Amino acid sequence: MKTSPALQAAVQTSPPAISSDLEVRIRKRFLNPEGSFNLNVHFRALAGFTIIFGASGAGKTTLLDCIAGLTDPDDGRIAVGGEDLYDSEKKQNVAAWKRRIGYVHQDLALFPHLTAEENVSYGLRALRSSERQTRSHQMLQAFRIEHLRDRHPAQISGGERQRVALARALVTEPRVLLLDEPLAALDRPTKSLLVGDLRQWNQHHRVPILFVTHNGEEVFALGDEVIVLDAGRIAAQGQPHEVMRAPRLETIAHLSGFENILDATVLALHEARGSMTCRLGNSPVELETPLVRAEVGSRLRVGVRAGDLLLATEQPHGLSARNILPGTIRRVVQRDVIVSAMVDCGGTEFEVHVTLAARDALGLGPGKKVWIVVKTHSCHLMGI
Amino acid sequence: MNWEAFWLTVRLAAIVSTLLIAIGIPIAYWLTYSRWRWKFLIEAAVALPIVLPPTVLGFYVLVALGTRSPLGRWWESLTGHTLAFTFEGLVIGSLLYSLPFAVQPFAASFGAVDRKLLGASASLGHSPLQTFRRIVLPLSKAGLVTGFALSFAHTLGEFGVVLMVGGNIPGVTRTISIDIYDQVQTANYSSANQTALLLLIISFFVMSIVYGVNRRPWTVGPWR
Repeated sequence: MKTSPALQAAVQTSPPAISSDLEVRIRKRFLNPEGSFNLNVHFRALAGFTIIFGASGAGKTTLLDCIAGLTDPDDGRIAVGGEDLYDSEKKQNVAAWKRRIGYVHQDLALFPHLTAEENVSYGLRALRSSERQTRSHQMLQAFRIEHLRDRHPAQISGGERQRVALARALVTEPRVLLLDEPLAALDRPTKSLLVGDLRQWNQHHRVPILFVTHNGEEVFALGDEVIVLDAGRIAAQGQPHEVMRAPRLETIAHLSGFENILDATVLALHEARGSMTCRLGNSPVELETPLVRAEVGSRLRVGVRAGDLLLATEQPHGLSARNILPGTIRRVVQRDVIVSAMVDCGGTEFEVHVTLAARDALGLGPGKKVWIVVKTHSCHLMGI
Repeated sequence: MNWEAFWLTVRLAAIVSTLLIAIGIPIAYWLTYSRWRWKFLIEAAVALPIVLPPTVLGFYVLVALGTRSPLGRWWESLTGHTLAFTFEGLVIGSLLYSLPFAVQPFAASFGAVDRKLLGASASLGHSPLQTFRRIVLPLSKAGLVTGFALSFAHTLGEFGVVLMVGGNIPGVTRTISIDIYDQVQTANYSSANQTALLLLIISFFVMSIVYGVNRRPWTVGPWR
């Protein structure tokens, strides 16, 4: 990821932070539209990105509010670098404004009566005004929002506001950074630019960054570690490709939206056609996918929704779909009115959803020979 | 037209509404952010002057300012004269009488400031008081202007409390509304009409300010 020279400068002038792990073990009752839940989590976040992944209402924002000190947990302990911020046993509770935890709220919460520059320098209250100005200028430059410095939040675009909010949190050099869906409203290029800025910043600062999202693709793009939160509990935890792929946890598939997440290697690029050919895992199966910026030989991950796949019992001809993969059904499971068929295609297993009527009409069952039809644009590519 | 009464009234209203900014802001702050379970009792007490007959309020203020009360005695030992039937006494009575007209708009506008902004300010290292000064107060401008204007207009037109506490001493406690009453009593209708019209125009002007500043309320931002 290319980053601006200004960011480099901003990074070099600020002293490196002492690496500080975040330890959280809390319980907290919270309400969401579906009723009352108990947030009950225990984890440790090291320097780097930790993704908090879960559906809305899973307790992600409540968790961040507790860590920031904006809400008190019912009991438990929160510590950064061994220093207690909250400990129900010791009756300790450091006030939010003394915690030095950066928090970018989902709604950004920019101060509407202050300009972009005043927003960014707001957290530098303790510094002399000349120093304050230098630091906020560097940050504005680093986030490419220098030209907006005199504008109010209402006068700038969504992506620019997001950058102001990030710059405002980062300039204070927090010990922990909490980001609540900070990329939700952004288009893809802006997203990856911001992610690059964040990574660059953290290479130098090395603080734990808790990154809340309900977008499965962001998990792969960012995560060193992912924690899956479901109804207030940790459903899974680990590296993205382990958690998101290996255990076919229903919540994860549901949350990421992709029942099939497959490792792939780029074999050939067809730039004129806007597509490329990938090999799945170590199998000989090849898949034509949309073209993304990648090199031949690079490894990617492909997500395919089980509902986007077609099954045929005879080899189909004359279809617009580019991928027709022969395979054998291993298992068929009925879940409510959806039938989920696990199909083995030369070593790669696909989950395919069909209706009850289709199962009966085609006589789908274990051992049946089938062809899977995959449209090129049903293949969603994710970086590793 | 009794200009002496007019300027006395304007001076009273200006002093009272200015003092109410200083007194009303801390009270409104407490009412907005306190989580005390009996807070509603204080809210009711602050709102009391809205419904209380001015004579009742004036009566208690008179008793409290009199030489038999500790406050009255303390003031007398300090200044050598009593508070009752003086301009200072009038100020104290009017402060109580107009208190809710300042506190309620203040508290409403403080409460309307998005809590997320307060959270953001705290995460950026600002104490609750610093946050109040730099975020809540600037975003409550309309409420502050409203509270100031309402308490000014309300003091301008008060009658019962003034009569009870101040009496009717020309140049000291005779306010414009009492002057109108006096003129009507002496059947001097054209003079009463002039004065009443002036009061009407001023009151309309003040209320226009109130509704003017509240035309576009502060929000977190139009993008939400």
